[in-house]
Amino acid sequence: MANPRGSDVCNGSLHNHKEQRDNLKTENCTKNGIVQEIQQNEESQCHYKPLVESFEEAPLHVMVFTYMGYGVGTLFGYFRDFLRSSGIEKCNAAVEREEQKNFVPLYQNFENFYTRNLYMRIRDNWNRPICSAPGAQFDVLERVSDDYNWTFRFTGRVIKDVINMGSYNFLGLASEYDESMRTVKEVLEEYGTGVASTRQEMGTLDKHKELEDLVAKFLNVEAAMVFGMGFATNSMNIPALVGKGCLILSDELNHASLVLGARLSGATIRVFKHNNMQNLEKLLRDAIVYGQPRIRRAWRKILILVEGIYSMEGSIVNLPQIVALKKKYKAYLYMDEAHSIGAVGPTGRGVVEFFGMDPRDVDVLMGTFTKSFGSSGGYIAGRKDLVDYLRVHSHSAVYATSMSPPVAEQIIRSMKFIMGLDGTTQGLQRVQQLAKNTRYFRQRLNKMGFIIYGNEESPVVPLLLYMPAKVAAFARHLLNRKIAVVVVGFPATPLAEARTRFCVSAAHTQEMLDKVLEALDEMGELLQLKYSRKKNSACPELYDETNFELND
Amino acid sequence: MTMCTLYLDRLCNLEEPTMDFRHVKNYLSWLYYQYQIISCCAVLEPWEQSMFNTILLTIFAMVVYTAYVFIPIHVRLAWEFFSKICGYHSTISS
Repeated sequence: MANPRGSDVCNGSLHNHKEQRDNLKTENCTKNGIVQEIQQNEESQCHYKPLVESFEEAPLHVMVFTYMGYGVGTLFGYFRDFLRSSGIEKCNAAVEREEQKNFVPLYQNFENFYTRNLYMRIRDNWNRPICSAPGAQFDVLERVSDDYNWTFRFTGRVIKDVINMGSYNFLGLASEYDESMRTVKEVLEEYGTGVASTRQEMGTLDKHKELEDLVAKFLNVEAAMVFGMGFATNSMNIPALVGKGCLILSDELNHASLVLGARLSGATIRVFKHNNMQNLEKLLRDAIVYGQPRIRRAWRKILILVEGIYSMEGSIVNLPQIVALKKKYKAYLYMDEAHSIGAVGPTGRGVVEFFGMDPRDVDVLMGTFTKSFGSSGGYIAGRKDLVDYLRVHSHSAVYATSMSPPVAEQIIRSMKFIMGLDGTTQGLQRVQQLAKNTRYFRQRLNKMGFIIYGNEESPVVPLLLYMPAKVAAFARHLLNRKIAVVVVGFPATPLAEARTRFCVSAAHTQEMLDKVLEALDEMGELLQLKYSRKKNSACPELYDETNFELND
Repeated sequence: MTMCTLYLDRLCNLEEPTMDFRHVKNYLSWLYYQYQIISCCAVLEPWEQSMFNTILLTIFAMVVYTAYVFIPIHVRLAWEFFSKICGYHSTISS
């Protein structure tokens, strides 16, 4: 097990984070960790490899043009709102009824203004209906709009064999029926589709027990519990674990389900800067020294909420340092591995395996089955008494319908496939193929000169576009070339950092990736997207941390 | 002015799938496309684009006119002002 000493975090070692060192992986030992000096410990079997993450800043003129573009859009937004309210133009957006005109206005805040005037213009790039399984290639329904995206109509044609760079299909298990899914068909025939009950009433099937045992074995923990929906796993179980008088330290960029669960619990929430261990340590020290706000009593529990891979940034959590902090200050750690389970690590067991750490160090391991297992639902795993407590006290167990049997069987089949329990090594090959595809894709994009965020091993690849018109043009041009991508804009990302997010999959062949890369190259030239200033340098920039909270 | 910009819009095609710079017309078309992308004109409706282009060209024309008419006069006045000061200096020192 990696053994970061307690003094690691105090010596401010994030500067060494970003130095490029040789890859020290050997085939029997692929454990990574963070230290401040090169450690070659003869007794331990771990070789340490620092994380290489980059969050390059755009050149200044790009930011100026981005804000200028939003300014023009806002001006025209005001102009069109004026035309709509004075009756010169017909209003297609939602307005209050005539009788409610003098009430508190419903549609005047910035969100509604943005939706009406900026989002509507480029709305055709989102919510595109598809009509086949979301494998490496899929079919998209063609739709056009006659009135500038207020309404759509389907032409009836289907765009076939579009390369799928947007679905979370990391291991390629979300595909059409094939012979290996035979067990799912049998379970469907035997158990039907619906469970018609909650877990605590009559909804616990033997399939759930089998699945929970398998998940516990997969993650190498004592026990696990599965739930029907991934979002609900977070939002319904965090309130069962913490309550008033507890402290939650949550990362800045946590997912909405974690934020919702934290708010529903009623605990005090403090936010630390993304992946910033100095900030987290300062908050922990303040919490322990000063206690609860007015009454100065000690906190009942301190829970640190992090994610394995952050979906909008592609960064991987700094697990060894967080575990060291948690042990030093006696806090609990809740890790959401929605995007990293099945996708990182030498055998696909997630971030814990990626860093070579002991799963017993993380108190609550949470994950979803949507991304890598081609199914739906979530799990929480950890010690047996924790899971038994959740079986009784979780809101999801009491009120939510339990997982449907064919869905559970699909997860069982996928997990056995990945673990190799079905007798073949195809699962392991897919995990390795995903790692290879990820590295190849990221390397080529970096060489082309795009700004890519995140860790070089994460299969989620955000590419920065910045300007709103480029976002729309990018998505439309790529669909014309039969490549489907997901672009993300304002509410999900900061205003000036619109991006496109690629999800590399093990099902992508070399030709598909090359075709996508070639199209991206042309798009980069056409739309002038190659902003990176470190195009072909051998060593990446050192990450300079200007917000350094010094400890006394 | 509006007719001018409408003609310009029709002349330059909006979608630019090819990027061969052999012809000047293609290069200018690409430049116009870049301008539209950067200033968010590409997502506006055509009449809004014409309006925006008209306003921008009008402002630009006014700037050019002002520069042409007034800069030489101001430069001459500034030159005279500074030469008068230097003139005082030289009369005092000598």
